[in-house]
Amino acid sequence: MEIIKTLSIYAVPAIFLAILAAGVYKDIKVYDVFVEGAKEGISTIIRIIPSLVGLLVAVGVFRASGALDLLIYAASPLASIFNIPSEALPLAFLRPISGSASLALVSDVIKVHGPDSFIGRVVSTMMGSTETIFYTLAVYFGAVGIKNVRYTLAAALIADFVSVIASVWICGAVFGS
Amino acid sequence: MLNYIWLGMLVIGFAVGIMNGRIEAVTKAAMDSAQTAVQLSIGLLGIMCLWTGLMNIAEKSGLIRRIARAVRPLMRFLFPEVPQNHPALGAIVMNLVANLFGLGNAATPLGLKAMTELQKINPDKDTSSNAMSMFLVLNTSAIQLIPATIIAVRSAAGSRNPAEVIGTIWVATLCASITGIIAVKLFSMYGRTKQKGGTAKWK
Repeated sequence: MEIIKTLSIYAVPAIFLAILAAGVYKDIKVYDVFVEGAKEGISTIIRIIPSLVGLLVAVGVFRASGALDLLIYAASPLASIFNIPSEALPLAFLRPISGSASLALVSDVIKVHGPDSFIGRVVSTMMGSTETIFYTLAVYFGAVGIKNVRYTLAAALIADFVSVIASVWICGAVFGS
Repeated sequence: MLNYIWLGMLVIGFAVGIMNGRIEAVTKAAMDSAQTAVQLSIGLLGIMCLWTGLMNIAEKSGLIRRIARAVRPLMRFLFPEVPQNHPALGAIVMNLVANLFGLGNAATPLGLKAMTELQKINPDKDTSSNAMSMFLVLNTSAIQLIPATIIAVRSAAGSRNPAEVIGTIWVATLCASITGIIAVKLFSMYGRTKQKGGTAKWK
């Protein structure tokens, strides 16, 4: 674990130095090339804003109205089929939609049930094992102007569903429930 | 598909909000979210410029091509449509490595760079290519060596061993990644929405 932690700390400086060294080696005017590339960053960010506004507003409305709670309530019979603890179910729905809201939910569940309880370990594992799908899609597709995402969302949600089931299973297998 | 989901979330959200008598809170959430979106984007601006600038040096010096060449067999399996030595492959590798080390600040700009490169070789600019879909799904189930945020939350809540979930997170993520890769491969081979240059495209 210590090795990985150290690697994480030195990764960014190492990348900086490696890239600069490669530039110097190839006799590149590093500063000029850097500035030229940095300009590209501005236009990319500007292109993200509209899709991110659209997405976050829809998520905000859906959550604040209580519609998400309804969805979770409707899905609770399904959860028992897959052995998902009912306390972890809201997170399964929230995780793909909103990163900050899921983190708040995880903190809350951990506070109530304790971090070293079965529920606490399951929600921790669920939180750590996937990304916020809707945010990732909005940002990456928005940046290049893709309108038809084809099967991407379906594939991402399938993977997400498997990670939820895997989280419950592996926590039970490793820590016991 | 996103059109319907977006429409559905808004219409259902407002309808449920009216029924619950929470319509003021819903309106406020809409306005606040719009503001948050811009703050998020602008917050990314500086770091984004920093990494696209550095990536430009890495690209011009041929460093990215060399990195892509090192993991060519894996890349050829995951992204068969992308020509070898294409800069997109280098950016993809760098993005996945940044994700692995939990360098979120670096991963997003590198991923955006990869998407920009993939769009250059996309035959249909409005529609996601197989390579883009694979890249996106890999990103949503990306493996992270040290899930720092969740460890911090557990430690703040007084866990006896905050980092004990690292192993279970690795297993769950790996399951998700493998499922995602299989799903994308199957969809791109048998889905009804073939990539242009393949067969018919829907709508």
